[in-house]
Amino acid sequence: MNFKNIRIQNKKIRNLIPQFITIAILLSTIIYFVTNAQINMDNRGIAFGFGFLKQEASFDITFSLIDYDGSYSYARAFLVGLLNTILVSVIGIFFATLLGVIIGVSRLSENYLIAKVAEWYVEIFRNIPLILQIFFWYFAALRALPLPNEAINFNDISFLTVKGFYVPKFIWTNFNIFLISIIGAIIAIYFFYKFSKKQREQFGKQLPTASISLLIFLTFPLISFLFFGVTLSFEYPVLKQLSPTIFTFEGGLNIIPELLALALSLSMYTATFIAENVRAGILGVNKGQKEAAASIGLNKNQILKLVVMPQALRIIIPPTTNQYLNLTKNSSLAAAIAYPDIVLVFAGTALMQTGRAIEIISITMLTYLTLSVSISIFMNWYNKKMAIKEK
Amino acid sequence: MNTLKPSKHNIKTYLPAGIILIAFSFLDVIMNSFFQIDLVGFFPGIISYFFPLIIGFIGLYLIRVEFSGVRNLDILNKNINSNNFNAVLTLLTLFVILKSISPLINWFFLEANFVGNSKEDCTGDGACWVFIKVWFRRLIYGMYPDPEQWRINTAFLLLFTLVGITFFAPAKIKKYFILFLIFVYPFIGIKLIGGGDFGLTYVETAAWGGLSLTFIISAFAIIFCFPIGVFLALGRRSNLPAIKYISIGFIELWRGVPLITVLFMASVMFPMFLPDGTFIDKLIRVLFAITMFEAAYMAEVVRGGLQALPKGQYEAARSLGMGYWRMNFLIILPQALKLVIPGIANTLLALVKDTPLIFVVGLMELAGMIRLAKTNPNWLGMAMEGYVFAGLVFWIICYAMSRYSQNLEKKLSTER
Repeated sequence: MNFKNIRIQNKKIRNLIPQFITIAILLSTIIYFVTNAQINMDNRGIAFGFGFLKQEASFDITFSLIDYDGSYSYARAFLVGLLNTILVSVIGIFFATLLGVIIGVSRLSENYLIAKVAEWYVEIFRNIPLILQIFFWYFAALRALPLPNEAINFNDISFLTVKGFYVPKFIWTNFNIFLISIIGAIIAIYFFYKFSKKQREQFGKQLPTASISLLIFLTFPLISFLFFGVTLSFEYPVLKQLSPTIFTFEGGLNIIPELLALALSLSMYTATFIAENVRAGILGVNKGQKEAAASIGLNKNQILKLVVMPQALRIIIPPTTNQYLNLTKNSSLAAAIAYPDIVLVFAGTALMQTGRAIEIISITMLTYLTLSVSISIFMNWYNKKMAIKEK
Repeated sequence: MNTLKPSKHNIKTYLPAGIILIAFSFLDVIMNSFFQIDLVGFFPGIISYFFPLIIGFIGLYLIRVEFSGVRNLDILNKNINSNNFNAVLTLLTLFVILKSISPLINWFFLEANFVGNSKEDCTGDGACWVFIKVWFRRLIYGMYPDPEQWRINTAFLLLFTLVGITFFAPAKIKKYFILFLIFVYPFIGIKLIGGGDFGLTYVETAAWGGLSLTFIISAFAIIFCFPIGVFLALGRRSNLPAIKYISIGFIELWRGVPLITVLFMASVMFPMFLPDGTFIDKLIRVLFAITMFEAAYMAEVVRGGLQALPKGQYEAARSLGMGYWRMNFLIILPQALKLVIPGIANTLLALVKDTPLIFVVGLMELAGMIRLAKTNPNWLGMAMEGYVFAGLVFWIICYAMSRYSQNLEKKLSTER
């Protein structure tokens, strides 16, 4: 673009022109699309609106955390899908963090072999597309598991079969009271931490914070068991013969193979990225910091806890949160192996049945967008809080 | 106790003893995994299982002599045997590798089948590579008609030749080659593969597939997403509020949603926004979606580079009387892009790794073709071979890319 010949002296006007052009192009595109959509929908005799969410969904979902069958509404189906997405994300995040930290630390191990193995783990799993890994686990590896009658038996408590992983089901009475006791314990620990910090800063007293908070965390639920009628029993899966050749497990909780494959591949894939973050974080702490800490007489544990970790975490956490977000978004690949997440249930089945492409795709995208934006806002807040306060 | 501790004085007895113990522990494991011979089967179950670990550990303890004076021993001790914990880890790692090598070799080579034309030829317990052999053409070219496949080959051969020439061309004419590659070649390539003119029969895009489709999509998306990303990044750092906020909104919108929903949008929602009767080819819609999606990520990477540049660079360019575009293209971007080569490479890698997702709109590249092949009634139960093959192919491509970017980073580094 050559603005040299057009001499516009007034800077304000000169700045306004490109902005005006951009907005005009954007607006006209939107208007063009919206009018087209209007005409198309009129032709097909559907009106834009979200009323369909209240209609009966009349399709089944194989795996649900809340009560659901075909007689519930589309809104309920959406909720089931959302909860399934959150479930697989939380499981994936937990194991990815665990594995990622182990591998990241191993990459810095003084043991040459361990460091090499960790490096190759990262190189191998990072460079294979996630979708292929999911396919591999679901279509190849988990399909090789035995049938229910020859299940891999873990102490008669849980069973691994081609139809999923059968684990005992927790049967609670007065679960709410138990939940309240856990929340109460967390609140108590919070206040205790504040108290001990005050003691340390004002009087120089060191309280055994870790053991006392563990004690609180154990006592509160225990009290709820002993005095408030909370009970917990287990329902074990039992092998049942349906016909001479067909067996199945009854009772217990079935973790379906789709969930297993998805959680496995998501955590193994994301772990490689988290491992790199952890490694970068630990390497990023200046060597002088450790030496300075040692020279003022801190022991090895104290150096790690008070000097290295706080600084390393500052480097590790922002990119790792990004990876958590990626994992959540990647969980949408569930649609490829028919795990009933939000994309499969809502953008797949519900869209097929209602034909309301615009509404459903927008809701799905908005859900993910809300998730990402809220995590970004939290991240910005956290970064500001953790940033080094220089004088 | 101190006299028994391995040291320089008793090294003459401890070193041979330790080596013998370690050698025996490895012999036991190797015998176990390769020849199914249990050397210490006379011990009760659990002891015979952990026997190699125990004697290996003792052996490593015996050879852990500080300042032994034997160079190789010192290096060994420092790297894999510095304390008890490391010794156990070393042994465990080596044993696990040894134990898994033999089944892997068996599956991949020894018990695998390479010759034949049908599933019945696969008699071994290992992999059935016949499956890959029979389907190879389909995996590479998709449903592209057999007699026309030379066109894909030619197109890629031309591309590689051009890239090769560009790479070795003298710096003066290099930029013309690059411009030709970016602005002219894509149309030649598409015309060659798509056909329709010049006596080439038309091949509809639904027939394209396999690994060649992966390359086509990656190449196009890479060419287009890079400039769009750069402009978005400049827009996000612009002083003009309208442009700034539109860029931010655009970038965050694409970054906030998973690619799979974007592809869904391109396939089911986008046609609703077009005038009735217009039809845009599926492949083009998908390309557009992937390009926009990756451009948003690219923009964030480039923005990182722009932010990292010291303010003095902007001021210096301004003081030379440069305008906005000249300043950015001659001074700022060359430096900023160099800073973020790893980020750019990662984005391009992510793009290549994302291509298999196009299965949601019904296009089948390598992973999709494997899915199709393994559901063929004549070839049921071949999922493992298929996905291992696809994984290997993708791994080679991605690993090569990441290695190349690391080299490039080193080459362009101007750190003093």
